[in-house]
Amino acid sequence: MTVATMAPPSTLPRLLAGVGPEGAVGLHEHSEIHGELPAVARRSRKTASPLIDEIELAGLRGRGGGGFPTAAKLRAVVGARGRPIVVVNAVEGEPASVKDQTLAEAAPHLILDGAVAAAGAVGAHEVIVCMCERSPAAQLAVAQAIEERSGASDGAVRWQVAEVPPHYVASQESALVSFLNGGPAKPTLMPPRPSQRGVGGRPTLLSNAETFAHVALIARHGPEWFRAIGTAAQPGSALITLIGPIAYPGVYEAEHGSSLTSLIDAAGGLTEDVRAVLVGGYAGGWVDARHIRALALCEEGLAPYGSRLGAGVVALLPASACGLAETARVARWLAMQSAGQCGPCVHGLDTLAGTLEQTLAGSDASNHSARLSYLTSIVARRGACSHPDGTAQFVASALNVFAGELADHARHGHCDGCRRPGMLPITTELPR
Amino acid sequence: MSARAGTGLRRGGSHHLRVNPIDCVAHGMCHELLPEQIALDEWGYPVIGDDPVPPGLLALARQAVQTCPTRALLLERRRTE
Ligand SMILES: Cc1cc2nc3c(=O)[nH]c(=O)nc-3n(C[C@H](O)[C@H](O)[C@H](O)COP(=O)(O)O)c2cc1C
Ligand code: SF4
Ligand code: SF4
Repeated sequence: MTVATMAPPSTLPRLLAGVGPEGAVGLHEHSEIHGELPAVARRSRKTASPLIDEIELAGLRGRGGGGFPTAAKLRAVVGARGRPIVVVNAVEGEPASVKDQTLAEAAPHLILDGAVAAAGAVGAHEVIVCMCERSPAAQLAVAQAIEERSGASDGAVRWQVAEVPPHYVASQESALVSFLNGGPAKPTLMPPRPSQRGVGGRPTLLSNAETFAHVALIARHGPEWFRAIGTAAQPGSALITLIGPIAYPGVYEAEHGSSLTSLIDAAGGLTEDVRAVLVGGYAGGWVDARHIRALALCEEGLAPYGSRLGAGVVALLPASACGLAETARVARWLAMQSAGQCGPCVHGLDTLAGTLEQTLAGSDASNHSARLSYLTSIVARRGACSHPDGTAQFVASALNVFAGELADHARHGHCDGCRRPGMLPITTELPR
Repeated sequence: MSARAGTGLRRGGSHHLRVNPIDCVAHGMCHELLPEQIALDEWGYPVIGDDPVPPGLLALARQAVQTCPTRALLLERRRTE
């Protein structure tokens, strides 16, 4: 392990170190902030790179929402037959999340460094950076960063940028692979996983943009440094997209296991009373506001409250809004985002959203709550991808947290909060 | 963990039914052949538990796999450690 020219920052910010209010950190400035990326021993035919061991010791887990151990993915790629290829998932299909775009716009070289290091570790020569069609600023920052690096120490890495359609499931891993192979941006049945057979049939290391940025820092500072903050189960820091009635909404870097209240304080405090908080975005879970002081930003801290950190969206719901109306609106959007391939997803999510809408409008059918919770259970684990599972967890948490509101709406129909404009962001893009 | 055809049930292994939800068109033929293992949801799509197929039903399970018009039903062999 190489020692950086300066003392590595053992505190926060890590990923966002040196990031200013405007514009990307250029290559020269990037090297001054983080030090040079040590040369990663290229994987030879017999031996894997020591970087994979370091990533394993660091305990890095993927930041695309699934939390899969990154080292295990690297090993799967190394173990598969054929010349590997690296894919950076910087698409960020979930409308509430802006952390990957923010990172790409502010610190593109950190993401690219991680891709270079990972490519070396698995013996890949090509990197494809996948960006959303509708994120021109992030695309520009990444294109300029790649330009700046031409002729630099990236070894034999060849860069490519792919513009991905903006619908939600397009950025699911098998959908990205299908799209990069010239097919539709829709999920395919796994296995084979991308690590086994991905782009061009080759073993494909597909990870989230933030995951690669952490790899870039582990390659520089090593696993002990990485573990110096965070929890034993989830070391390190995470990018959080914080939205809702807060003085300074935006992207924050938080230590895993730190309290939600410390994040709220860092963002200038609440500007309104809050009824609940949605953590983990549209595949995560609502938590009642009375638990906010108890919440820690890590999977272990959130699981007892029926939620998860996922890709790091934290959305505070103002007390004046209606949590059920927000849930129904997003559930309808999630149903419309189904790739339309799997019966239980197509019919299940549509029925789930429809039943929520009827309940909100005060239809007199009895036992909405039981019907809704049955629907959440029947769609989970029955699609080719985990889209229905995430939707089920999101809606199930709402049934629990907003149980009182559910009964009120079933009896009396829409409330005042229902008439407010929705606060959770959605898009108008449909799968294509 | 690879499923090899025609190896039969060896000691320590088990067979599991799985559906490829992208290919399944809700014919329901599989349910008619194997109601013990395959239920249908309210839209006609198969609901299959993760339990192993009992040896006595393996022949029927193979028949269901053959009969599925879109080849969406899969019989997979899992090795137990
Ligand atoms: C509907 C859906 C949408 C997804 N969108 C994204 C995304 O925008 N960005 C992302 O990194 N992962 C996304 N994922 C997760 C990816 O499939 C994949 O697990 C991830 O990119 C792997 O990177 P990681 O191991 O670094 O987390 C999505 C998954 C699903 C089911
Ligand atoms: S589960 Fe839904 S989103 Fe996923 S592949 Fe099937 S139809 Fe598409
Ligand atoms: S027979 Fe095939 S297509 Fe019909 S329900 Fe069963 S798995 Fe689906």
